[in-house]
Amino acid sequence: MKNLVILGAGTAGTMVANHMRKKLPKDWSTTVVDPSPTHLYQPGLLFLPFGARDEEKMQRPRGKTLLRGVNWLQQEVQLVDSDEKEVVLANEERLAYDLLVIASGSHTRPDETPGMLGDHWRDSVHEFYTLEGAQHLRRAMADFDGGRLLVNIVEMPIKCPVAPLEWLFLADDFFKKRGIRDRVELVYATPLDGAFTKPVCSDVLNYMLDEKGISLETEFNAGEVDGDGRTLRSYDEREIPYDLLVSIPTHMGAEFVSASGLGDDLAFVPTDHHTMQAVGHDNIFVLGDASNVPTSKAGSVAHFQADVVAENLMRTIEGRSLERGSDGHANCFIESGDGKALLIDFNYYVEPLPGHYPLPGVGPFTLLSESRRNHWGKLAFRWAYWNTLLPARPMPVSNRMSMVGKRSVKLEDQKKPIEDSKRQAA
Amino acid sequence: MTTMTDTVPEVETNEEGFLVNSDQWTPELAEALAADAGIGPLTEKHWQVITFCREDAAQQGTPPGLRRISKLSGVNMKELYQLFPKGPGKLAAKVSGLPKPQGCI
Repeated sequence: MKNLVILGAGTAGTMVANHMRKKLPKDWSTTVVDPSPTHLYQPGLLFLPFGARDEEKMQRPRGKTLLRGVNWLQQEVQLVDSDEKEVVLANEERLAYDLLVIASGSHTRPDETPGMLGDHWRDSVHEFYTLEGAQHLRRAMADFDGGRLLVNIVEMPIKCPVAPLEWLFLADDFFKKRGIRDRVELVYATPLDGAFTKPVCSDVLNYMLDEKGISLETEFNAGEVDGDGRTLRSYDEREIPYDLLVSIPTHMGAEFVSASGLGDDLAFVPTDHHTMQAVGHDNIFVLGDASNVPTSKAGSVAHFQADVVAENLMRTIEGRSLERGSDGHANCFIESGDGKALLIDFNYYVEPLPGHYPLPGVGPFTLLSESRRNHWGKLAFRWAYWNTLLPARPMPVSNRMSMVGKRSVKLEDQKKPIEDSKRQAA
Repeated sequence: MTTMTDTVPEVETNEEGFLVNSDQWTPELAEALAADAGIGPLTEKHWQVITFCREDAAQQGTPPGLRRISKLSGVNMKELYQLFPKGPGKLAAKVSGLPKPQGCI
C-alpha cells in the first residue's frame, strides 16, 4: 500500500483529498492530518463584526467535508522529515508518505508586533481573521458610538488581500445604518503605496474611498502598538491615535514548515509557480496559502491550484512529466457596502480588468464595477463552497484565466513580474 | 564625440519611474534612479540593500518585502527608513530596478 499524506484540511487540503480519493489507484491510501474538529467557512468572517450571526452555517464537522475513504488524523504536525519521507506528529508518532501535500495555510501572528497582545487585545485592539476575533469585534462594533476607527495591515502578504478594504466599506455602511456615521472617522493605514496598487484598479476604484469618506495613510509599516496610549506607531515614527484598532496582523505559514526547514522567512513554502511542486522536493506539492507563489492567498486560488496539484500527483505516480498548469488565477468578490459587490479576475501576469464573468457580455457578474448581482453571488457562494467546491465536483469556471469578456485597458502596460524564467534556472 | 545615449543604454520606465525591464539595470542606473527618487548619493549601506534585493529577487522570483530585507540584508528597519525615507520597501525596489511591491488590486 502506498500513502498520499495531506497536511491541513482547510479549503485547499480538503479539495485535494477529495479529488485524489476519486483518482488514485486502488493500492494508494489518502490520509489528511488536521488537529481541528471543524471546517470553517472563512469568507463568512467578514460579515460577523457587522452583526451577522452565521456561525452555525459557517462551520461543519471536519469528517463530513471529507469523502468516505479519506482517512483523517486529528493531530498536530510537529515536523516533516523529508529525508526519511515521514511526518512526525505531535504525539511523536511517525507517518510514512510516498507523496506529500502541504496545505497548512497561513495564520495570523499578532505576537509579531510588539504591544499588540497586551492588556487591550480584544478590547480596543482587534482582528477579524479568526472566529474568536470576529466575534469579539462584533461586540466592540455594537458598542462603538463614535471616534476614530483605524484599520491597519501590518505587512503583506495577507490572506484575502481585499478583505481590509471590504471591511471598511461595510463599516461605512454599518455606521450609516446606525445613524452615527458622522461621529465615526474611518482611517486605513497600509504598508503599500495606495489602497489600490494596480493601475487599472486604481483608475477605476479610487472614487470609492472619497465616496465613503475613508482617509488613507500609505507606506505605513506598523512597528508597535501602544495599547495604553491607543496609538499605532510606524517604523519611521509616524503615529496614528485610535479609539478602536482593527489590525490585520502579520501572516505566517504553519510552525512545522519552518521547523522542517521547508519555509521562507514567513514560513511559506517556496513552490514552483506553475507545477506547484515544492522547490527541491520531487515528492512534495504545495497549494493554497501555504505556498509562496506571488498571487493572492485566497480560496479561489486554492481551488484553481487543486486541479493542477491533483493532475501532477497522478503524473508523478505514473512517472510522466509535470503539467505547468498553474497561472496564479484568482477570482474574488469584493463587498462594497449597501448590498453591492465587485468582482475581480486576474493572474500572475494580467491585472484585474473590467468586463463580464464568466460569460462575455452577459456575466451574470460584472468585473471591476459594483452591482447587486455580485453581492448575491458572494452570498450564494457559501452553498457552492460546501456542496461543489469541497467535494471536488466540477465548477463551471476554468482553472486558467481567460481574457474573453474583458476590456483590455492599457494592456501594453502589462508586464511579466521579474521572474519565472530566472527562477526556473536558479 | 559620445553622448549619453551612446554609453547609457536607453531604458524604459513606467509612469511611477520603475524599470520596465529589470535586466536593463546597471549600477550607474541605480544612481540615476536614486537621484530621481530624491535619494543619494548612494552609500555603502545603500549598496548592501540593493545587492541583497537584486540577488534575492533573482532567486525568489519576486522582489523581497521590507521584513525580508530587514531580516536578511544586515540592515535593520530603522536604518532602512534612514536610507530610503518614507517607503523603504518601494524605494529599495525602485533603485534596484525591480517592480513595485503590490497588493492584488
